[in-house]
Amino acid sequence: MKLFSFRGGIHPSARKERTQDLAIISLPMPARLYVPLQQHIGEPAVARVVAGDPVVRGQILGGSVGRISAPVHAPADGTVVEIIEFASPHPAALPVTTAVIEVSAIQSPWVAPLEDPFSLSGAELAHQIQQAGIVGMGGATFPSAVKLQLARQHRVHTLIINGGECEPYLTCDDRLMRERAEQMLLGVELMLRCLGAEQAIIVVEDNKVEALTNLRALCSDPHYSEPERIKTVSVPSRYPQGSQKQMIQSVTGKEVPAGAHATDLGVVMHNVATAYAVYEALVVGKPLVSRIVTVGGGAVPRPANLEVPLGTLVAELLRYCGLEDDNYERLLVGGPMMGQWLPHAQLPIIKGSSGIIALSEAETQMDLPSPCIRCARCVSVCPAGLLPLEMAKRIRKEDFSAAQALGLSDCIACGSCAYVCPSKIPLVQYFHYGKGELQARKQQEKKLDRTADLASSKALRVEAIERQKAEAAALRKAQMAAKKAAEAAAQELLLSQSKPEITPVSSEERGD
Amino acid sequence: MANTLISGPHTLASATVSRTMLWVMLALTPATLWGLYLFGWPAINLFLITVVAALLFEAGCLRLAGKRVKAGLFDGSALLTAWLLAMSLPPWAPWWIGVLGSFLAIVVGKQVFGGLGHNLFNPAMVARVALLVSFPLQMTLWTQPAALFSAQAPGFIDGLAISFGGAALANEAMHGALDAFSGATLLGDVKTGFSLGSTLSDLLPEGIDHGSMVIGYGSGSLGETSALLILAGGVLLVALGVISWTIPVSLLATVALLALLFNGINPERYPGVGYHLFSGAMMLAAFFIATDMVTSPNTVVGRLVFGAGCGLLIYLIRTWGGYPEGVAFAVLLMNALTPLIDHWIRPRIFGRDRAFRPLQVTSDVVSKEPSAKGEHA
Repeated sequence: MKLFSFRGGIHPSARKERTQDLAIISLPMPARLYVPLQQHIGEPAVARVVAGDPVVRGQILGGSVGRISAPVHAPADGTVVEIIEFASPHPAALPVTTAVIEVSAIQSPWVAPLEDPFSLSGAELAHQIQQAGIVGMGGATFPSAVKLQLARQHRVHTLIINGGECEPYLTCDDRLMRERAEQMLLGVELMLRCLGAEQAIIVVEDNKVEALTNLRALCSDPHYSEPERIKTVSVPSRYPQGSQKQMIQSVTGKEVPAGAHATDLGVVMHNVATAYAVYEALVVGKPLVSRIVTVGGGAVPRPANLEVPLGTLVAELLRYCGLEDDNYERLLVGGPMMGQWLPHAQLPIIKGSSGIIALSEAETQMDLPSPCIRCARCVSVCPAGLLPLEMAKRIRKEDFSAAQALGLSDCIACGSCAYVCPSKIPLVQYFHYGKGELQARKQQEKKLDRTADLASSKALRVEAIERQKAEAAALRKAQMAAKKAAEAAAQELLLSQSKPEITPVSSEERGD
Repeated sequence: MANTLISGPHTLASATVSRTMLWVMLALTPATLWGLYLFGWPAINLFLITVVAALLFEAGCLRLAGKRVKAGLFDGSALLTAWLLAMSLPPWAPWWIGVLGSFLAIVVGKQVFGGLGHNLFNPAMVARVALLVSFPLQMTLWTQPAALFSAQAPGFIDGLAISFGGAALANEAMHGALDAFSGATLLGDVKTGFSLGSTLSDLLPEGIDHGSMVIGYGSGSLGETSALLILAGGVLLVALGVISWTIPVSLLATVALLALLFNGINPERYPGVGYHLFSGAMMLAAFFIATDMVTSPNTVVGRLVFGAGCGLLIYLIRTWGGYPEGVAFAVLLMNALTPLIDHWIRPRIFGRDRAFRPLQVTSDVVSKEPSAKGEHA
């Protein structure tokens, strides 16, 4: 299959050697789980349990609301101790509604669904994927069913399965493709069915030799797949290969136009771990309640690829891997390129947590930024074709519209620019700030527009009321005039009959 | 934790500004050592004076601006600027040329613009041009090479006298001695000859001595004589990825093409490719001066245009201008055009055309069958 390339990119040292050959092991079930009801992009799930409720695993803890949302399930049998606002794995440890579960000693087994998932229609499959709470597990956490439904409507012909895993340290997808490829392929098959698409292409970076060999063998095995229906391709290891737009370009040679979606090109992309979650939900009957997490970084004595129940605290993973007492320089969730800094380890693992990286002092650079020397390395590595140095200069001056005119909204925040910057300028932070300000401005404008709308509709309303009043007054006046005329006529009549006993009541006497 | 950066990436490449500057200086070292050896003690004095003065000016400016002095000095940019300036000076120039040059480069050329990264013009070239225009006599007093420790070379004390005593011009006793050493550069000789109506074969009856130009055993600026050593350093920087190949290649190719063209038209009036490429400051300009990151464009195409513009201007000035060498003027003129080049030449943004409009959604490429898109429109 002919492959293409994308612009720019970098080659950070992969640092996968410590975990890439370690088999996935299950983390022992912790005593308590902290399951946030928002683990996805979109509306948070709404609690369906209250403190004191016993739960069985797979039971819905929070139901999805709205179009873009996902339910959250109990990862273990136990009791809901409380529903609290608990810190989420976010740089600011923002509190979100969280169900705290006291885990029982005995866990019930998963029960496979009665009906064969391959007998279901596309819409039914999408519905079940929605019910299982599956979201994009590469880190984006967008509800997968929404993405699949959208792709169904667009009649996409190709499903791209992202096995790129271009972030340094992370090996969870690599292990999945090596150890659980058959199951993952079933998930891919189910997704293909759901989409009604012609083919699936599994894209793997060429540094994952075993995963590639394994998948290629399975794809060409008629036992697993119709010939040519699911293909595995190898792409050069280059960050950000795993970014959706770049991977689509690598496979199709096409750029997703600005403001458009992959589905407009007839393709949709899902992560390998998402495909595996689809298999687990539809074949095993296990909704998304656990995931594989790479625990790595120089500060971790025994790094590992762990299968972890969602809601497990990061500290438990670190302790399991031999790291006690916050003995690290910097803690991250996700990879070091696009992952997020964590202020502490008392935060739960959620659906999008692909890795927990504890960096040692030697791995952490704390250089203060120095002035930009316009070396333009950022320009040559930017996969979006932007001018990071120029955008940062504008944002520094708070000239956000100028930064926008240079394409700020087209930035994918991959961090390649900041990675190569010899002046150590935190370019990504500038861009986040700039995007945030633009967003705030847009909202402010919306607010102003709304205020203006309300003001003008109020004016219209007042005008209408005034008009009604005036009309009513005019009507009354007319009626009164008519009445007066009638009375006058009556009087005249009486006068003409020469019986002047009846005197008409004057308006002053009537009105009060 | 207060100053922990919370935005990624959390892993960074090892390149730093000071490391970049260090590589450039390392690449300059062979040519510099050769120049210092060739022109002896007065050249060593001039080099040291220029560098020390530049560091003092830099420190003073950083202090005045309330910036981190140590960090500013250790980024190596002032040192490199002074180094490049010294390499472009006449090797026996008096001490105050070095000091004034450093002042012009660091204070006027760089710090008044806001310091590192903010200057529009190449600081070393600002200084060189200002000196050349203000002190044409001192800036065109070239000396024949007299290798260090050779019989005719001035000793350490004589060197001090030349550098600090104003011996080169004022001291009558030294004047005669100096006269013995002075000699025009090849470019200067040829330029003067042409202006008097001579042809190339009149001026250089034995032909152009390319060997001397390449190895660098001729009179000229302190560090510009050996085209070979400068080229070697430049190629090293390109190979290491410290500088990009774009400007050197487009600059040298433009000069070579023009030289080839005009030499073909009239070889007696227009010297050939080798004469232009290996003489004067050509190699230094191509690899070390025009490639200054701060003052050159930030895209590949922009740099190709910039290099070609430098090459064109150098050839024009050398051939038809009033000065025998045009490198400094050419680079400064192209520096002035850099913001314009950067404004016009930008990379195409992903998913957009060059006019910033979103790309049109086109039919599918992966699909083997005609797309089903029409059905759901």
